[in-house]
Amino acid sequence: MLGSFKEWEGFVGGDWQNEINVRNFIHLNCKPYDGDESFLSGATERTKNLYAKLEELFKKERENGGVLDIDTENVVSVADYAPAYLDKENELIVGYQTDAPLKRGVNPFGGIRMARSACEAYGYKLGDKIEEEFKYRTTHNEGVFRAYTAEMRAARSAKLITGLPDAYGRGRIIGDYRRVALYGVDVLIEEKKKDQAKLQYVTMDQEKVTLAAELYMQIVYLGELKKLAESYGYDISKPAKNALEAYQWVYFGYLAAIKEQNGAAMSLGRVSTFLDIYVQRDIEKGLIDEEDAQEITDHFVMKLRAARHLRTPEYNELFGGDPMWITESIGGMRENGKSLVTKNSFRFLNTLYTMGSAPEPNLTILWSEQLPEPFKRFCAKVSIDTDSIQYENDDIMRPHYGDDYGIACCVSAMKIGKQMQFFGARCNMPKLLLLALNGGYDNVSGKRLGPQMEVYQGKVLDYDEVMKRFAIYHKWLCNLYVNTMNVIHCVHDKYAYERVQMALHDTDVHRFMAFGIAGLSVIADSLSAVKFAKVRPIKNEQGIIMDFEIEGDFPKFGNDDIKVDEIATWVLRSTIALLKETPAYRGAEHTLSALTITSNVVYGKNTGATPDGRKAGEPFAPGANPMHNREENGALASLNSVARLPYDSCRDGISNTFSITPEALGHNDEERAANLVNVLDGYFHNKAHHINVNVMRREQLLAAYENPELYPNLTIRVSGYAVNFCKLTKEQQKEVISRTFHEAM
Amino acid sequence: MIKGRIHSFLSMGTVDGPGVRSVIFMQGCPLRCAYCHNPDTWDFSHGKEVELEELLQKVLRCKPYYGENGGITVSGGEGLLQPEFVAELMRRCKQKGIHTALDTSGCVTGEAAEKVLEYTDLCLLDVKFDNEEDYKEYTGGSFEKTMEFLELLESKGIPTWVRRVIVPSVNDNEDSVKKLAKIIKPYTCVKKVELLPFRKLCTPKYEMMREQYPEQASEYVFKFEDKESCPAEKAKALYEAAEFNL
Repeated sequence: MLGSFKEWEGFVGGDWQNEINVRNFIHLNCKPYDGDESFLSGATERTKNLYAKLEELFKKERENGGVLDIDTENVVSVADYAPAYLDKENELIVGYQTDAPLKRGVNPFGGIRMARSACEAYGYKLGDKIEEEFKYRTTHNEGVFRAYTAEMRAARSAKLITGLPDAYGRGRIIGDYRRVALYGVDVLIEEKKKDQAKLQYVTMDQEKVTLAAELYMQIVYLGELKKLAESYGYDISKPAKNALEAYQWVYFGYLAAIKEQNGAAMSLGRVSTFLDIYVQRDIEKGLIDEEDAQEITDHFVMKLRAARHLRTPEYNELFGGDPMWITESIGGMRENGKSLVTKNSFRFLNTLYTMGSAPEPNLTILWSEQLPEPFKRFCAKVSIDTDSIQYENDDIMRPHYGDDYGIACCVSAMKIGKQMQFFGARCNMPKLLLLALNGGYDNVSGKRLGPQMEVYQGKVLDYDEVMKRFAIYHKWLCNLYVNTMNVIHCVHDKYAYERVQMALHDTDVHRFMAFGIAGLSVIADSLSAVKFAKVRPIKNEQGIIMDFEIEGDFPKFGNDDIKVDEIATWVLRSTIALLKETPAYRGAEHTLSALTITSNVVYGKNTGATPDGRKAGEPFAPGANPMHNREENGALASLNSVARLPYDSCRDGISNTFSITPEALGHNDEERAANLVNVLDGYFHNKAHHINVNVMRREQLLAAYENPELYPNLTIRVSGYAVNFCKLTKEQQKEVISRTFHEAM
Repeated sequence: MIKGRIHSFLSMGTVDGPGVRSVIFMQGCPLRCAYCHNPDTWDFSHGKEVELEELLQKVLRCKPYYGENGGITVSGGEGLLQPEFVAELMRRCKQKGIHTALDTSGCVTGEAAEKVLEYTDLCLLDVKFDNEEDYKEYTGGSFEKTMEFLELLESKGIPTWVRRVIVPSVNDNEDSVKKLAKIIKPYTCVKKVELLPFRKLCTPKYEMMREQYPEQASEYVFKFEDKESCPAEKAKALYEAAEFNL
């Protein structure tokens, strides 16, 4: 036994009491719910008043250029701030990152330069004390640039590999925040100490020395986590005794993580069904009722909506809309066929009604054909009403990750508390093709990269010749890409290790290294054009290929046409195979994603004209989306092309963003919800991985583009996350507007 | 190998029959409705030839999306002009458990119609007007023929949705829809009536056709260019007024 706690009374006991095993606790105690949403309560007066106060701050933040305030004098750490409140009397869940709501802290461990320029971008100056202190400290950013080779720098500055986490926290790690509530921090510390003790019997090689040092830091920071809670008047050394405490304990865990780390994606995991067990127990004991349960959930979610990191404008260009990817995975099935949908699954979705639609937390439905129909129907309704949720295929992830995984960021699955990933951004495939055609000359930056050879000589592009060239550069890039990631993550572990988050993992953790590609549909269509049409390269005076002339038609990705879909599949299969040829740092398992966030705009900007007819500088389609308006056979054909992409080769996720007008989905709300359920069932039945659903008209976006101040809450799914449309750059807005909207004929 | 001529395959539609459906727009139509929004499906020589097998494969890839009430809808153009192809497509679909709907003007009867109706689960029948003059003036078809087709549906007991486009200043009056209610009253096969508001979105299509086929430019004149779109509320109100007895 890990302990005998009166806080556990009323729970079914089992393995979870002898070892850290939240999954077992959930399985023994969760009560699946297969009814509909009619039991839900609305927002209480207290919630409405509190949220109105928060919205007032959101408004001030917008008016202030996107940042409400910055504490430039202190480095954020887990337990260094005095407690902060929005309305102390009425906040059921407490805790902010700094000494005031929405005030952003400075976290220079990822990179002092980024912290400095982020302050400057919003009219602040990083305090002298911090500048002075960091003169004598190495940040992750500095460490990486010491180790980068000349070739890595070149590929990075030519934007062949971009968005690398080398100037801020890497993110994409999910602490098992549930452990804080279930066990209390003291048990977690004791367990880590046991792991520490085991190290005295092993040979101290580099890996073990690293681990020993990490364990030491994990234990120290679990102590810091307790101090953070103490500052708000809570003792979290013991397990949570009721629902309110369980939510609060989980939130303290998460809050500590986002105070310590400014990673791009700081996801929450899979807490709703876990918390339902506490709510259920309290309701059964008559301690709370449904209204209370919703109120606690609302206040918890409100805190997540108020989470902030300090970013630079360049960062926002890649990841528009100030996202944190506080992804919460909802639903899914157990391995034994039982559902993990509980009333809390509904309550979390209901926050989009009680407090209106919002991009955070990033509510993600783990969809299975076996999910209870009323829940499916409710999800569809929420999508239609709010455009705020995304769906991922539990039926294809469960065989790989079991039934207690969560989604980090947008589409990255990992077993909670047992697996983590080294985030690796993405490489630009269409640009690589152009590089191959120009023999290692980048026709945008004017740099020479990779193997050097003659520019392609033929008058017409020959498929076999092109593929031969491409193979050479593809192999070169994949090797360079793995090595670059190895540098980044080795250095990150050294200078910006995630102490709190990793303390909420098993000590023996499985690591993924998550690579990505951008421009999948562009390269597939380009190679299809070369194969099935006549493509003539057009050279400039220096003999560099700058454009293409296309004669004849060719199959385009997004039409359920196997001829081109096969090419897209080949790109994924060959890329992951080539990546695996170079071993990854710390024995990590290589994975791949087709996901761009909003960086498809920047990637396109840095890429010359491509053989598919895309003009120089034009945005790519996001993620695995077909290129805008090349879909000629309607919505299902488009979905089917994406569904054909093999998840086994693209285990870090295949993102698809789907926009459809309400009219195209049916005559009325009821019909639309029913039809959307069928579309999702069909799409996932065909083994697709992910979809963002937007049900809206282009005119709505055009109106918001013209008058953003009138649409402060217009939420739209972009690529694995949702944003307030008005927080996107104008360029990103234009690109979103130009995407395909499936319409009624 | 059976081949047919189609205008296009739309993998997802939700407005032509129940649920999520794939719609096959057949090429060629004998009518020339003044308000037609698919003039590009008129000429039998346009469109593209497809093999039945190929089309069927596309449909089968969409089957998982149809759920319990979706399926395919053969629209047009006029599907009854290619009865072998359409009948065989529907037969094969039904074999795979896919619900089949035929969206037709009912302008073809006899053996051809019988053949197709054998495999039709649901018919969407346009009853455009209630008299020969209007039919002649606005469609080039025949009221009598349409009623003959409805008779056929009744005799075969094929569930039918009667549809009508409501065009301002042509048939947007209570009198007209009440007549429709009266006409269809005896037919027990009619399960639903849909009054579709005329939406003037097709002007560019006519322009495109004139550009693409300049020698046929005179055929592609949008006769209802001067008409306004019918507000959805109007169609709704007329539906209420008609008091359809279903």
